[in-house]
Amino acid sequence: MSTGVAIVGAAECDLGVTNRSILGLQAQAVSRALADAGLTLRDVDGIATTGVARFSATQLADYFGIEPRWTDSTYAGGSVYEMFVARAAQAIQAGQAETVVITFASNQRSARSRSLGGVVEDHTPEAQFETPYGPLFPLSYYAMAAQQYLHKYGKTREQLAEIAVAAREWALLNPAAFRYGKGPLTAADVLGAPMISSPLTALDSCLVTDGGGAVVLTSLERARDLRRTPVEVLGYGERTTNTSMTAVPDLTVTGAAGSGADAFARAGVTPADIDVVQVYDSFTITVALTLEGLGFCGEGEALDRIAGGRIRPGGDFPLNTSGGGLSYCHPGQFGILLLVEAVRQLRGEAGDRQVPGARLAVAHGTGGILSTHATVVLGVDG
Amino acid sequence: MTGLDGTKPDGFKPDVPAPDEITGPWWDATREHRLVLQTCPSCAGGDQPAAQHPPRALCIRCGSAELGWADAAGTGVVDACTVVHRAPRPDLAVPYVIARVRLDEGVVLLTRLQDREPGEWRIGDPVRVAWADLDDGRALPVFVPGAAPSPATAPSPETKEGN
Repeated sequence: MSTGVAIVGAAECDLGVTNRSILGLQAQAVSRALADAGLTLRDVDGIATTGVARFSATQLADYFGIEPRWTDSTYAGGSVYEMFVARAAQAIQAGQAETVVITFASNQRSARSRSLGGVVEDHTPEAQFETPYGPLFPLSYYAMAAQQYLHKYGKTREQLAEIAVAAREWALLNPAAFRYGKGPLTAADVLGAPMISSPLTALDSCLVTDGGGAVVLTSLERARDLRRTPVEVLGYGERTTNTSMTAVPDLTVTGAAGSGADAFARAGVTPADIDVVQVYDSFTITVALTLEGLGFCGEGEALDRIAGGRIRPGGDFPLNTSGGGLSYCHPGQFGILLLVEAVRQLRGEAGDRQVPGARLAVAHGTGGILSTHATVVLGVDG
Repeated sequence: MTGLDGTKPDGFKPDVPAPDEITGPWWDATREHRLVLQTCPSCAGGDQPAAQHPPRALCIRCGSAELGWADAAGTGVVDACTVVHRAPRPDLAVPYVIARVRLDEGVVLLTRLQDREPGEWRIGDPVRVAWADLDDGRALPVFVPGAAPSPATAPSPETKEGN
């Protein structure tokens, strides 16, 4: 099945330590994605972005000198770019917009703007009932999820570390990756790294870098006249579960189950059909929980599913082929870069890390403290 | 470590935003070291009142705004915990233990665990409430060991920190 909408352009802005402004990076990402599509700003009548300012899409539209027919600035953390794909597809289907740009960029490493405590507004219940105790936000929540997971299923930190080890293997094949050329990791490296919030160490945790990207969407009909192979939006789904650290009864069960089920049903495919998987890896545990939620394996089986090199380059379950948030780039909201990598894999442009013959991809974003979950199924004609 | 009465954790006296019209009664009870839970009379049934936390302007089961308060027993078990080694704010001394505690009433609180070596806490450990007094007269509920761990909740090696 298809939504009749396709991604026709994709690009990163500069990554790593850029010493650039947020808007400067956004402009890079959007210009490069439009050039990739063979389009210009004049073609854009829809903008979806967050993280720019309070009026994020409005700000960006003004900055680009355009008056869009459609915008979306939903704030849902790192998963929102997958949500934006769904909303953009609907807007294009409905005729409200013809060409939509989805973008995000951050200079958090250059600007040293990331705080271990996160941002909690004083008027929220969390500010009164959670923040005073000093949880790292979001890290301590994922740490508690990891503790529950390892306890419930009798798994080990070594098994969990494979997610970081494999991500590094992919990053060593990606010249744009922050850890490119930095050598491989071992499980012992991950376990021996400084403990941040047990059982998660610094190497169970994503990078803090500048970076971002953009994707351009239009109707599949129009896409066929553009220069790139259209990457069709086949399915999407999302779930929103919590802001507090106490709302979810079982930390090992996430909204990925619902968002994935919706996305696969809409696309008319199953996890077994997917050639390459891009899953939000804010932390190693995020990947394990998400793979189970999406149905790539049963509950408690993720660490067996990924073992033995299966998610590493050359393995039969290629996962996070850019090197992921763990070893490639994590600008605070990684979801946009999951889409960029999925597009490159489906267009066969991923160089040394190309998954041969990739025709179907999943990009799954996670935001907040396992708060928001959004799945997109993408495909190219076989 | 903290005093055995659990009432004066070393240096743990964070700033807490002022209560609002919804959360005021909960915080007022902490001045008397009483842990209360918001309850919905419409949803109450069986052995337990229908409790929710944090306090809200409506019941998340039925939507009723006619809510009451009930004293919690102050006992529960560790649902999950993590030892924090890097403080998010300068006023916090590491390491300390952040936890989800599941109260006997079924409600989960975010809190701290105290009066045991941080790395020794395990999922399922029984706990009871203690209080960290704030300068404005309110107090934060924290939790301390509630009873000797039974064999059923003995430490499991895979969750031991730093192994």
